[in-house]
Amino acid sequence: MIGLRADHKRLVKLVAGLDRAPPAAAKQAPGWRRLIIATGRAGAETLKDFFDFLDFTGRAAATLGQLLLHPGGLRPSAIAHHITETGVKALPIVGLLAVMISVVLAYQGVAQLLPYGGQDLTIDLVSVSVLREMAVLITAILVAGRSGAAFAAEIGVMKSSEEIDALKVMGLDPMQLLVAPRLIALLITLPLLTFFADVMGLIGGAVISQSLLSISFDQYLPLVRKAVDSGDLLVGLIKAPVFAVVIAVTGCMHGLRVTGSAESVGIETTRAVVKSIFLVIVLDALFSIFFEKVGI
Amino acid sequence: MTNSSPDGSIMSAHGIVNRFGKQTVHNGIDIDVAAGEVLGIAGGSGSGKSVLLRTLAGLHTPQAGKVLADGRPVADLLPAERAAFMGMLFQHGALFSSLTVAENIMLPMREHTQLSNEEQVPLAALKLALAGLEPAAGSKVPSALSGGMVKRAALARALALDPRVLLLDEPTAGLDPTAADGIDELITQLNDVLGVTVVVVTHDLNTLFSVCDRVAVLADGKITVGTPAKMLRDKQSGVHDFLSGPRVDAARAAMVGTAKPKQQGAEHGK
Repeated sequence: MIGLRADHKRLVKLVAGLDRAPPAAAKQAPGWRRLIIATGRAGAETLKDFFDFLDFTGRAAATLGQLLLHPGGLRPSAIAHHITETGVKALPIVGLLAVMISVVLAYQGVAQLLPYGGQDLTIDLVSVSVLREMAVLITAILVAGRSGAAFAAEIGVMKSSEEIDALKVMGLDPMQLLVAPRLIALLITLPLLTFFADVMGLIGGAVISQSLLSISFDQYLPLVRKAVDSGDLLVGLIKAPVFAVVIAVTGCMHGLRVTGSAESVGIETTRAVVKSIFLVIVLDALFSIFFEKVGI
Repeated sequence: MTNSSPDGSIMSAHGIVNRFGKQTVHNGIDIDVAAGEVLGIAGGSGSGKSVLLRTLAGLHTPQAGKVLADGRPVADLLPAERAAFMGMLFQHGALFSSLTVAENIMLPMREHTQLSNEEQVPLAALKLALAGLEPAAGSKVPSALSGGMVKRAALARALALDPRVLLLDEPTAGLDPTAADGIDELITQLNDVLGVTVVVVTHDLNTLFSVCDRVAVLADGKITVGTPAKMLRDKQSGVHDFLSGPRVDAARAAMVGTAKPKQQGAEHGK
């Protein structure tokens, strides 16, 4: 090259001296093999996930057992904090959703049963489904979205900023300090929230009965009492602690799985929410089959 | 008070092997930390300095090899023993963001001692002052502190239980030169006055040459240990690559100017 300006010459010289070979393309397996590889990986990961979940649940249970034997390690202030966050602050939204769900059920019930003249059965439909299924399911899904995500994100950020390591060096057990208070708080709040949703759902049923069926509140209560018994209430409430364990364990486990980056906090939080909602619904289905078989 | 292992080392690691995937970061590393010394661990990025420190702290389990703290496997230490034996300063401080600085310092005291709250408050203030922070910093939350203050606050927390060994991960990284000099001075002072053994991972050459009694350089999965002066004369390729160049020359010149008295001829360990 001739006639280059001096400053351009420097640039040309610098670039000419660089190793400019593009990176060698990574060898890729053919498409059908990649599909098999991806399927195998996903399968292995799911299996590992399952064992991790069992392992974490076991360790959480061991920590709870240890705390029962030595209640000195319990942290009342942390538990109270998480009860406020997961329970008290969720009251308005849980109540509102419970009312909405019974409105939906009542409208569908009236619409479907009216041609057969069975619209009065709407009250049975609403009260049975709210007490047995809807209240606990809606509450658990809501809490999984609110608190499961919060658990994963809070613990995840602590993990990525090395705070979990700092705890370990100080001889403090993250299981006891972070997981146990959240688990205990959720074990307390989820059944209480479910009961609150039961009450709000029945109140919603009363309001809708008045407007759709012209059944007054005084007539409504005896009808509800005829439709359901305490067994229906218990079937709903007994599921709440199980869902609480699933939500708390999934949230905390995914939080502790976070690695350095901020992206990883987002990924694990999403996984925690999706997985706990999935597990809640699957378990609810299993519960339904179980209760059907034993005839409750 | 010490019952260290016979050769006078307070911590030691033998035959440490760490692999991540196909990459071998540590390939049989032996290192002894002598009681009372300041040991610097240096090496290029990715040479596994932080992993080695985490291995010493018992936070990372190596694929092979063992770490002894006070002659006992570090994994066997009870939580309270571990907290009393070592304090660790993490690269980004790792202060608990929901607690104030003073509460951060008091957390290990609350968990591992019988001290009442009235006794903990002045102790926390003392640790804060030792780390060179104003008393007012104690009531602040970590997010309200500057980078240098975070390191000092984290150092105060690491000192909470008067540990015998301080593990510092890049204490001067990300600080301006003045703040970094302050941290260097603080490390020297804590070592001299409190007699605490310090293991410091750093690639800050000033810290290596003006604070450390011995320097360990990690290169190619192996470690080479010696006094700063000896390391500078080392002609092994990995060590020489790391400890040569204009920045090293400048830091060496600074060391000759300000060398602390105890450094002359003080050759700890083997």
